[in-house]
Amino acid sequence: MPDFLVRATLAGVIVALVAAPLGCLVVWRRMAYFGDATAHAALLGVAAALAVELPVMVGVSALAAAMALAVTAAAATGRYALDTVLGVFAHAALAAGLVALALLPGPRVDLMGLLFGDILAVSVTDLLVIGVGGAVLLGVTALAWRGLVSATISPELMVAEGGSLARDRLTITLLLALFVALALKIVGVVLVTSLLILPAAAARPVSRTPEGMALIAAGLGVAAVAAGLGLSLAFDTPAGPSIILAATGAFVLTNIAALLRA
Amino acid sequence: MTPLIRAEALTIRHGRRTVLDQVDLAVVPGEIVTVIGPNGGGKTTLLRALIGAARPNGGRVWRRDGLRLGYTPQKIAVERTMPVTVGRFLALAGGARPAQAAALDRVGARALGPAQLADLSGGEMQRVLLARALLRDPDLLLLDEPTQGLDQPAEAAFYHLLAEIRAERGIGVLLASHDLHVVMAASDRVICLNGHVCCSGAPDQVTADPAYRALFGARADFALYRHRHDHSHDGLGPGGADHGHANEAGDRHGAPSVSVSAPVSAPMSAPAPGALPLRGDAGAGPAAVADAMAARHPHHA
Repeated sequence: MPDFLVRATLAGVIVALVAAPLGCLVVWRRMAYFGDATAHAALLGVAAALAVELPVMVGVSALAAAMALAVTAAAATGRYALDTVLGVFAHAALAAGLVALALLPGPRVDLMGLLFGDILAVSVTDLLVIGVGGAVLLGVTALAWRGLVSATISPELMVAEGGSLARDRLTITLLLALFVALALKIVGVVLVTSLLILPAAAARPVSRTPEGMALIAAGLGVAAVAAGLGLSLAFDTPAGPSIILAATGAFVLTNIAALLRA
Repeated sequence: MTPLIRAEALTIRHGRRTVLDQVDLAVVPGEIVTVIGPNGGGKTTLLRALIGAARPNGGRVWRRDGLRLGYTPQKIAVERTMPVTVGRFLALAGGARPAQAAALDRVGARALGPAQLADLSGGEMQRVLLARALLRDPDLLLLDEPTQGLDQPAEAAFYHLLAEIRAERGIGVLLASHDLHVVMAASDRVICLNGHVCCSGAPDQVTADPAYRALFGARADFALYRHRHDHSHDGLGPGGADHGHANEAGDRHGAPSVSVSAPVSAPMSAPAPGALPLRGDAGAGPAAVADAMAARHPHHA
């Protein structure tokens, strides 16, 4: 196996593992559009990082987090329905990011890579950052898991049992923002949310507990990365979309399995 | 006695609407306090403020140091996309596996452990929520409409269980309810809430209060009176008013004996014809509450 493929596989597997529990939370809390808005802000983050010559990861994390907090604050005013707020922010962020990238001086950035990922171009440095970042995200998710699950079932219960709603919101928001930064190289801003949602949704029909669903989503995500990369190599298709397509295949299969069992 | 929890001049606004206006309330260990009031009267908001989920715009909530809360929300909406068994839901509250099983057993839901939370009926959900609250080993139970979705025998059993737990652990209970009749029989104190506290006190004081009658109109029209029953049966005759006083002080374990009957047909001081006696103290047991049920719904007697 060539080195680039080893790096791609490792990076993809790490991101799929981080995506599994977060993706479950996104599905349970109906935060798909929230993920989109956060991911789209990443483009603006790339432009900002390039403009002030900071690492791209820093710019993306900062802008994605700022976007997530802004959306939360805007939704809290209650002036618009949440999906309207998210639609406005997500598309505005995408447009602003594209315009900002075009305005940058110097050579054009690889827009396709940003939009749909470039997993086959993962460098050793990328892999290190993804490895360390992924370990931190998984660790924080594991520590916060019980509270996050409790709050998903009933925010009131979590508060009554000594939890903090503000801390819960901040945790999930920052976890998602950092995940966007981590997954940018793998699947790009357009497909980040699908990497969260598809394995989790595919795991749902065959799960009985929250933890079971997260574990099965992790397994399906890893399988989708492997299958997607294989697909990409065999048919010379773009790697990111191939991974998402493989995850979609898993979604179809588990749902058919559930139908047959019923 | 030091209260477990106290609200002082609690005021909460949603937008321009004042949902709670200068509400004062306290619960001491060992008493069952019920908040009654119309829909939109602020019962749920009050409970949410007490657990810390709603921020007061004025006044404050004081809790005893280290107070352990057991709370059951009015309902929880579990997304169908979220798989959670009852067992796992209880485990989230902490406690060992045997304790979780015991809690389920206690609320009569032993078989529900492997069931999916999203599949539960309203009544089953209430039991499971109560089991989770009990698992917290609470000093104070805050229950929001806990008998929603329960049929009458289950409702009677629920109040019996509540009295039993109170007696055994000496905890305080604050519940919100719309069910006037049973509540009156099962509570030490009733608080009538419609944005502000309209009236409060022992059940019979509240039912005699014009504010209560104004609030509930025809629904308030049932007789509730102290049943001047002579517990020793030593035959002091029908005028046993003096004996009644022994129970009237409202100390928590000697909670007043009360009776509930169908629509008012007698003065407050004398039993209405056909009234069924109902003791409201902790030891009264399900029979007493069942009697109240029978009084409400004679065809079930």
